[in-house]
Amino acid sequence: MSILINKNTRVLVHGITGREGMFHASQMRQYGTNIVAGVTPGKGGEWVLHGKVPVFDTAKRAVETTGANCSVLFVPARFAEDAMLEAADAGIELIVCITEGVPVQSMMRVTRYLRQIGTRLVGPNCPGLLTPGECKVGIIPGHITKPGHVGVVSRSGTLTYEVLYALEQNGLGVSTCVGIGGDPVNGTSFTDVLALFEDDPQTESVVLIGEIGGKDEEFAAEYISDHMTKKVVGFIAGRTAPPGKRMGHAGAIVEGGTGLAKDKIKALEKAGVVVAANPEEIPDLIA
Amino acid sequence: MKIHEYQSKLIFAEHGVPIPAGRVAASAKEVKSIAAELGGRVVVKSQVLVGGRGKAGGIRVAETPEEAEDLATKILGMKIKGLPVRKVLVDEAAAIQTEIYLGITNDRTNRCPVMIASGEGGVEIEEVARKDPEKIIRVRIDPLLGLRNYQARYLAQMIELPRKFWRDFIKITRGLYSSYVDTDASLAEINPLVITADQRLLALDGKMVVDENGLFAHPELEEMRDDDEVKPEERRARMYGLSYVKLEGNIGCMVNGAGLAMATMDVIKLFGGAPANFLDIGGGASAEKVASAIRIILSDPNVKAILFNVFGGITRCDEVARGILSAMKTIDSSVPIVVRLVGTNEVQGRKLLQDQEMTVATSLVDAAQKAVSLAEEGES
Repeated sequence: MSILINKNTRVLVHGITGREGMFHASQMRQYGTNIVAGVTPGKGGEWVLHGKVPVFDTAKRAVETTGANCSVLFVPARFAEDAMLEAADAGIELIVCITEGVPVQSMMRVTRYLRQIGTRLVGPNCPGLLTPGECKVGIIPGHITKPGHVGVVSRSGTLTYEVLYALEQNGLGVSTCVGIGGDPVNGTSFTDVLALFEDDPQTESVVLIGEIGGKDEEFAAEYISDHMTKKVVGFIAGRTAPPGKRMGHAGAIVEGGTGLAKDKIKALEKAGVVVAANPEEIPDLIA
Repeated sequence: MKIHEYQSKLIFAEHGVPIPAGRVAASAKEVKSIAAELGGRVVVKSQVLVGGRGKAGGIRVAETPEEAEDLATKILGMKIKGLPVRKVLVDEAAAIQTEIYLGITNDRTNRCPVMIASGEGGVEIEEVARKDPEKIIRVRIDPLLGLRNYQARYLAQMIELPRKFWRDFIKITRGLYSSYVDTDASLAEINPLVITADQRLLALDGKMVVDENGLFAHPELEEMRDDDEVKPEERRARMYGLSYVKLEGNIGCMVNGAGLAMATMDVIKLFGGAPANFLDIGGGASAEKVASAIRIILSDPNVKAILFNVFGGITRCDEVARGILSAMKTIDSSVPIVVRLVGTNEVQGRKLLQDQEMTVATSLVDAAQKAVSLAEEGES
């Protein structure tokens, strides 16, 4: 078992003929992901990835023809809102938006609509998901981790890879890694993923990698304290970040006294989470 | 991205919000002629992107065009919180009876816009929130339905606005909401919205912050960009597609990825050092990108040591090392550098750098400790 994606996931790549889309579609396929279709308006009828994957003009046609149930988006930010809504309306169950730079108001509309029709979104501005040994949807480097029993959920990209790699170097594998993204308004929260890990028999413990901005970690702490039976180890990036400044990620900003690292750490510790002072301690703490 | 008061008010006016008659000017002479056109009392308002303009003497009332010219001469030469006043707005002065606050912003937690009103206008809303939180009224807006009249009526009732103003107030809330939506704003604020002595509602001040990520849809807003409040090195970094925030410490940081960059700063602090900056070089690490990042870091005279922390995922460590090597050929500096390369092909990457005058570290803790002690040596 794993969460959200596995070897049976049928993946559609939105923006497959673009530079990023093509590169990562190829990487995902090499990892073993079942890439069944691509979508690029105007390129329907072409075949890509050595003639193995058909390209469609619309997500609807792609889903009808190939039975895709997961869509990963590499489209430019200006097309992302439309592409997410299109994927949802085509009946896709899980949308993963890698694209960075989607306007916040777009995300408010998209998350509201997707909730109404019951489609799950991971991202935007995220590295996607990886179930080691089975399926990769997004851009997480597959070879730095291996199958195992630690669930990983994070708002970051390379910091997550660091942790995956450090776990692997210490002999620890991962059930599923979920990058929920660094934007202020996103589709899936820490709490959503924690609930899935709690129910997943393969996952024995969870690493949560948060950062400054918003209150998602505080809500996660509440959930952990009320519902989690599995061990959770945390790390919060941005203890030294000055208030009012955006630290790279659109969502990584301390505003009006909200979003401070120390408040998040305090909330998590109160919920029984062991919070690492530096990411290299995580393998020891989780083991 | 913040835009100026006069720009915000023009956007509001386009959406049906009443604003005072007035125009923006860059010289005292223009101010005089605008004041003469308007006739009567005018208010001369400095256009800078910081709060506290009034307290700093940047907002003054003039009885005559000559006085307006005189005040404009003073204000146009001023600096407010370090920012030069390049333009002033000349508005007809209103006789104020009541001041109200009306604003709309993103409610991040609830993933929707929230409109906020208060009967305590004309002061900072954060101040009201601290002192009299019950005087701040909020309504959450469904982004798919938009603001509804009943929500505006609720705000009007809760701030005890006399009923005769409700119709105009609803029109103003709708205008403010559409201003916010049409510009992809993260904040649109009228403070104060006043009831004038002759019983009209008027938006005396306006403030907007627009979403940088929304600018692709609004090229006219990009033209409003005023970089005076952005530090020059941060401006330069943006040009190179780097994300950079200057800090007060002496250890320059170059990291790929925002989360890892923050974690690197934190670990430096954990071991007694102080980061000089946040810098995310993003994906890949071409020589050109690395070189521009190093130049920006070195433009800060406080920097006594530099720490590169790069995780090679899809970009391999040997590629990154080559980027660093060719960048270093173009840089003339004696500031010591600590490099930590981890991930794909890390051994090959480190090998490429071992003949350089760099300290190679394997763990983040090791790298931070080395950078901290080099920076200490540099200070002594």
